[in-house]
Formats: sequence, C-alpha cells, structure tokens
Amino acid sequence: MTQHWIDIKNADVVLIMGSNAAEHHPISFKWVLKAKDAGATVIHVDPKFSRTSARSDFHVPLRSGTDIAFLGGMMKYILEKELYFKDYVRDYTNASFIVSEGFSFKDGLFSGYDPATRTYDRKTWVFDKDENGVVLKDKTYQHPRCVFQLLKKHYDRYDVGTVSAITGVSKENLLKVWDAVAATGKPDKAATMMYALGWTQHSVGVQNIRCAGIIQLLLGNVGVAGGGINALRGEPNVQGSTDHALLYDSLPGYNPVPVAAWATLADYLKANTPASKDTKSVNWWQNRPKYVVSLLKSWYGDAATAENEFGYGWVPKIEPNVEYASLFMFDKMYKGKIKGGFIYGHNPAMSMPNSHKIRKALTNLDWLVIGEAHETETCAFWRQPGFDPKNVKTEVFMLPSCQRGEKDGTTSNSGRWHMWHYKGYEPMGVSKPMGWMVVEITKRVKALYEKEGGAFPAPIQNLDWYKEYDADLVARKINGQFTRDVTIGDKQYKKGDQVPAFPMLAADGSTTSMCWVYAGSYGPGGNLTKRRDHAQTPMQAKIGLYPNYSWAWPVNRRIIYNRASVDVNGKPFNPAKAVIAWEDGKWVGDVPDGPAAPMADPKGVYPFIMQTEGHGQLFGPGRVDGPFPEHYEPAETPVTVNPFSAQMSNPCMKVAESDMDALAKPGDPRFPIVLTTYSMTEHWCGGGDTRNTPPLLEAEPQLYIEISQELAKEKGIKNGDPVVIESLRGKVEAIAMVTVRMTPLQVAGKTLHLVGMPFCFGWTTPGVGDATNRLTVSVADPNTRIPEYKACLVNLRKADKVTELYR
Amino acid sequence: MGISRRGFMKLTGAGLACLGLRDLGLDPRPAAAYATKLRIEGAKEYQSTCPFCSCGCSILMFVKDGKFLSSEGDPDYPVSEGALCPKGAAFHSMHVSHHRILKPQYRAPGSDKWVEKDWDFVLDRIARRVKETRDRDFIEKNEKGQTVNRVESIFHLGTSQMDNEECAVAHQMLRGLGVVHIDHQARV
Repeated sequence: MTQHWIDIKNADVVLIMGSNAAEHHPISFKWVLKAKDAGATVIHVDPKFSRTSARSDFHVPLRSGTDIAFLGGMMKYILEKELYFKDYVRDYTNASFIVSEGFSFKDGLFSGYDPATRTYDRKTWVFDKDENGVVLKDKTYQHPRCVFQLLKKHYDRYDVGTVSAITGVSKENLLKVWDAVAATGKPDKAATMMYALGWTQHSVGVQNIRCAGIIQLLLGNVGVAGGGINALRGEPNVQGSTDHALLYDSLPGYNPVPVAAWATLADYLKANTPASKDTKSVNWWQNRPKYVVSLLKSWYGDAATAENEFGYGWVPKIEPNVEYASLFMFDKMYKGKIKGGFIYGHNPAMSMPNSHKIRKALTNLDWLVIGEAHETETCAFWRQPGFDPKNVKTEVFMLPSCQRGEKDGTTSNSGRWHMWHYKGYEPMGVSKPMGWMVVEITKRVKALYEKEGGAFPAPIQNLDWYKEYDADLVARKINGQFTRDVTIGDKQYKKGDQVPAFPMLAADGSTTSMCWVYAGSYGPGGNLTKRRDHAQTPMQAKIGLYPNYSWAWPVNRRIIYNRASVDVNGKPFNPAKAVIAWEDGKWVGDVPDGPAAPMADPKGVYPFIMQTEGHGQLFGPGRVDGPFPEHYEPAETPVTVNPFSAQMSNPCMKVAESDMDALAKPGDPRFPIVLTTYSMTEHWCGGGDTRNTPPLLEAEPQLYIEISQELAKEKGIKNGDPVVIESLRGKVEAIAMVTVRMTPLQVAGKTLHLVGMPFCFGWTTPGVGDATNRLTVSVADPNTRIPEYKACLVNLRKADKVTELYR
Repeated sequence: MGISRRGFMKLTGAGLACLGLRDLGLDPRPAAAYATKLRIEGAKEYQSTCPFCSCGCSILMFVKDGKFLSSEGDPDYPVSEGALCPKGAAFHSMHVSHHRILKPQYRAPGSDKWVEKDWDFVLDRIARRVKETRDRDFIEKNEKGQTVNRVESIFHLGTSQMDNEECAVAHQMLRGLGVVHIDHQARV
C-alpha cells in the first residue's frame, strides 16, 4: 500500500476493484465505512455481488479479465473532459516528457516486439534528452510525442460503446463510475483504490495496476491522504516476505538477483545503479551499492571483504531468459528436472493452478521437506487419490511448525507497519518456529561441508551463521550494525552499534543490513516495532497517522510519495487533510520523502524520489509488456474478437507447456462459461489451517459454486444440487448455490455466464470437496509470473453421483 | 477520569484481584463480572498478531501456567480497535487444534505411512540429502562459460507465514547453498 489501513477513512471516493474487501480483509472495511459515514462514495466493481457490494453506494458487475478496458475508458473520459489535476500532472508526472521517435504502437503491439521470443526489445521506449542528458519536456503538451499526447492517442479507442460491449458493463454504469472517480481530480479531493488478487491474477495483472497508477496520477491522488494505490496484501506477512525477497528474482530490499552476465560486483552495480543528470531528481536508487554491500556483509560477516567483492562471487547467478517462478518450478518438477526441496507454510497441491499437474509433479521428487502445522494435501501428496504410495519414491520429511502465538518475531502489515509479536507459551509438542528449522538444517549442512568438503563449499562455510534461532538477534541484523568504529558527520559510532537509519549505510563494508528498508526499526533507540504509543500531533491525528505506534518502513514514513501532497511551495493541496507541510523552513506532519526543501526552492527536489527522473510515470517503460496498459483477452476467453486490436491475448504472457497443459481456443463452444475463483471470510487460501480449525469448518463446510438463476434454469440445476464443473484440464464436484449475486452479462452482443468458486476445500478433510484449481490454467503475467486464476473457461452439469462430497 | 479503552481493561483486569469495578464508578451486573473473572483471572496477557490477512490485527492471548486459555482482539491496535473477523476470532481454536502436527514425521520412499522421528534424525537426514543433491548437481559455469555457481535441482517454496526474521535467515541460507528456484505466496 502507498497508504495504511486507517488512511482509507480520508477518501472522498473509494473504488474497490479486484477485491472483496468486506469478506477478505474484513477489518479494512471499518475504514471504508468510516469514509462512507463522512460522505464518501464507495464503489465496488467486481463480477460478483458480495458483502462489499452490499455496503457500497453501487456495485458494477464486469466480465472477469476486462479491467483494462474499463479503466482505459476512464482515462479517455478524464483526458477528454479535462478532469485531471492540471498542476499536479504538469509538475509531478512525466506527461511533458518527449518520447523517442522510434516508439510506436500499432494494432496491439508496441515497437520492438519479437514474435519468436514473445518479448519486447524496449530500446525505443525511452525519452529524448538534451545535450546535458536531461529529459526534454514540453509543459504545453503541444509536442506530438510528449507523453500526454501519446496517452490521449492510446486511449482514444476506448470509447464507452466499445468498452461496454467487451466488459459487459452497461454504459450507464460505466459513466456512473468514471464520473465519480474523475470528480476527485481536484486539489482537495481524493479517491483511493483498493485491489487484491482480482487485479493481480490475470495474464495482464501488472497492467491492471498500472491503470490505477495512471489514473491516480492524472487525478493527483498519489501521496495525499485518502488517495493512493492500495494492494490489500493477502497473506499474513506477504509484505515482509516480499521485502525479504523469498523470490527467485530479488535479493532482500528490492535489489535484482544477479544474472550470469554480471560477473563482478562492479558489473552488478553498474547495471543496477541508475544515474540522472537532472539535479532536482533525488534518484534514490543511486544508493543501491550501499544496500547491496551491507547485505553481503550481513550474510558473510568478516569473510566479506573489499578484496573478494564482499562475497559477490558466492551468490548464485541466474539466466535472464530462463523461467524460475513457482509455475515453472513445478513445470520443471513435472519434467523431472528438480529433485528435492523445501516447502514451508504453503499448500501448492491446492493453491497452484492446474492442480493435477502440480500433484503429479510432486511425485517426481527424490526428497521433500515440509514445514507445516497440519498435514495438508501437499504433505500427503504420496497418498493422494488415484496414486499408489508404493509407486511414489519420494522421501518426505514433515516438520511440525509452531503457530504464531508460540514464537517471537515481527510481521509487516499491508500498510508497512512493522510489528513485534510475543511468544505466549511453549510450542505444542516439539513443534518449532520455521526459522529454527532453517537455522538447524543449515548448521548441519555446514558441518557436513566442514568435515567432508564438497562442491564449491566457500559460500556455505562463510555464511555468518547462528548458534541458534533468536528472533531478537536477527531483528537487530535486519536493521543493520556498524562493523567498525566510524564517524559520520559529527557523530561517532562504535563497532557493533545499531545503524540509526539507512542514510548511514555504506558501500565500504563498514555496515551490515539484511534488508535496508528496515534500517531504523531497531536503531540505537531500541526495538521500535514494540511501540504501542497512540500519541499524535493534532495535524497527524486529523488523518489518523499514528506515527508512534509500531514502526513503518521506510524510516517510519506512513504515506509514501507524500511530497506529492503539497504544491511546489510545500503548501498542502488539501489543508484539511494535510500529510506534510513546509512551515518555518521545516517539514511537519508525516516523515517526508526526504528532507529537501519544496520543489520551487533552488534546493528543492521532485517528489517521486524512487523514480530515476523524479516524476510519476504515466509512460512506464519499466514493464516488459508495454509502457501503457492495453486490453488483451484472458488466455482462455469466451469472445473471438478483441475490439481493440488483432492481438487476442497478452503478446508477452508466460505459458507453461506440457502434455497436461491444454488451453481452450477463444470462444470454444464446449466451454462457454467463465470461471472466476476467490477466497472467503472463514477459510484461508488452500485451507490447510482453517479447515482444521473446527469452528471455521463448521461455518463453511463444503465446496460450492455460485451460479446465476438464469444459468441454473438453462442447465436444469436447483439450489443445493451437486454439479460437476469441467475445463480442458480437469473436473470438480461442487454444490450449486443458485443466487442473484451472479449476473449474466451482455458481451459482444451475446449473453455470457460467469460462475465463481472458492478454492480452499481439499481431500484431506473428508467430504468437503477437492481442489478447484484442477480447472485453472498454467498461464501467467509476464512481469510477475502470477498465474491467471481469475478467468478460465468451463462448463457444468448436474452430477449423477458424487465421490468428493458428503451428501 | 481520563482512561483509554486499554487502560480501562487493564484496570478492570487488575481490579478483579484487588479493587473491584465499583472503584471505577461503574456497577456492572454481578453476572458479567463473574464471567470476566472466570476467563482471565490470574492469566498473563501476551500480544500476538493474527496469522491470516495483512490487516495484521493485534490479538491478546491469555496464558496461565503455560496453558493458552483464550484470545481476543486488542483494543489498542489502532487499525482494528479490538475487532476481529471470524478467522481472527478463531485464533485460540487454531492454536489448540486437534489436527496439528506435534512431532517430526518421516515417510520413507514407497511407504504407505508416516513414522514419528526425533528432530536429530530428520535434520541429519535432510542435511545429507541437501548435500548429496547439491554436490551432484552443482553448476559452476553455464553454457557460455560464465561463472554461475548455482544449483537448479533444489527448490524452495514459502512462506509468507514466516516472520520477517525467519524470511531473512531463509534467504541467507538459500543463496549460500546456491539455490535459484525460490518462490512463495507473493506469486500466488
């Protein structure tokens, strides 16, 4: 989130799209309703009517997978009616930047596309620069290649009629939403956007969110109270686990993982440390060397020296054009290329797409270690339905994980609040924290290498490892420490002192930090994640900032990009809900995005400090599938024509291909219905924890499918009937829930049916049903590799008999 | 009398032992006071965080003699103000679930059952399998002759159920081993 949960109350418009916040982030809705009580308009755009819709001012159903058409139409509306916040767009975004002459967009493809590799060469997606290397701008937008004109041209095709026909949303509903959101393009108004997996789980997931970014920049809603783009992060610590990068493509703190071509640390830093010639651009990533060297120092301790590049050579390097993400990890496992591994607190046999393939892939492993609190479908894969354990050669270790209340440590909520939790009692049985398992396994691997040697032992032997797992000790290391006595300015720090904040991190080996964004959480003043203080200044209290409760990354900043909440002189756009203000030569309110004076001051800086050129990116050259979002159909689509171009699906989408991965052709008459999947209030993800918590299973006991009354009539299905749902990949049994919550849509002149199913019910809990994901596709967004769970094609019929469900 | 909701709770909690609610100027029905007394009398309070969605609701655990008695929403967490959803409200039930794995379990190749083992057995055996696989499959250079120092045949999946500190040590271990197939729920 650019904001935090409480800030939602400051919004004048709340657009919830790609999320069912009331059911899946119930406590967030407290703040949505506070906004509504204060007069805000709450809008829910979602295929299904839910409790979120019920409490919104209006619910607008749309066809799953058409968000870009919907939002692209909104952009056209904002631009044509000149409803954007003109000063903000001119001063704080790249609207005036001149794009290279080589850039083009024709019939669904941007310049540089290579159909053989299904990738773009992005060399034309750049800005023209003057002789000093500063980007050329036209603040009057007369230049035909300025971003503003290109944006206008790009979305000119997204007229209300075309958008209505493809999304299935009536023109009246489209205009109602566009009008309400666009009305916040005024200095003292703000709209917030709340999204979750309903935006990310598409083959165009990142571009869905880019639409939100563009709209919020056009309306001046980024950095202000009640604005922003708010990912309602799903898992309990998915914010923290992303910050610490349990991901193939990142090192902790949003640093790219090294690729083979970056042989030395110098190569790596050169490729990843941007430079800007514009003196007003902070270009924060110019500090990357300090963060990466401090990380390496924290991993390898005294063994990391300037002479050995702080151990950079020990870090594994990946290939740039090879896929490593979970979807492809299982594809390689299925093909026998992955032999063993670790799964902690994750139930891929339920939660990964095309479950039949995932479950088969697990049986190809030689060994598998699972850290879990329950025997899930993943733990029990060797005795899954349809498999004889005798034929499964895998050696399996199921390690008992303790629960949250049985260990100390921190998690980070969606608003980046970094909060300590306390161990209440000794873990049940001999269960242990997963961190303990990691530390103990590594200790033993290190001992084996010490004793026996082996392949390239240096990175293992040189790990600065732990005698035992101690959350407090690791929290100190995450913050970072000085490795020798140093003087910074007029301050002296001793070896072993805690680093006060990331500006003190250095690239010379004098500091450690396991994740630079957390530097400051556990500085010389102690562990700030334990703070429970409600104290606020009256200015902070007005917007509910709570700066003394826990600690937020970065540097306790509660609303990021907050320099964009003030004008060039530092005066808040909305004085009634000011985030920061420049008063008597200093900033008050939230921790500003850097201490520099307001932008109009000779020493002032641009507000978007993480962007190389300091401006919000309407034109976003960093994404692999285009600088502007473009509507493409889901990989499996019920329509046969994309009205916007000849490209049916995202030209860059990632597809795992195997004999178990079939995709239906557009408009396949065998599978005319669109399936979307979702979670529910009472169960969590694959259901491993919640199905085994009796009150929650009692509340929601069985797999169901929500179908409209019209579809039920067409198929001769009554409420409560067992049905079989089929896709090209599998069959699933569920109980029919015939409901007005699902509505047939008019799409491209035809009636289209959508159905929706939860995915938390699995076979280890008898009679509840089994994985919905047996139906879904092995297709992913090309930027994130998040699979397209939200739209695939199915058919359904009344079941003659059921084997997975108790009746 | 200026007291926060939290202060009120602490005062009333302590009050049951020595003060009595009348000292707060309140006179709740005796039945209500009795019910409260039964639940938290003599219990120590610990603050935890809900292990489900990223609202991160703070939860108070009541523990007596090492036994986890009950839990409830923390009124001092500014986000939830003490409220919990059904999952958060099931925090205690989830911890004491009958279904939890309490000891390391081992399933031998081709076997049709789990066998209970001690920690030393499983940890030693896992370390051996990691080393065998890594030593066999370690890739020092790629096809172009560039140094890559990686192992592709070992994977790691998970988890956003880990605390930040657990994630940090897991990442450190994985890059140390040379593992490149690393992922978790951020990509689900």
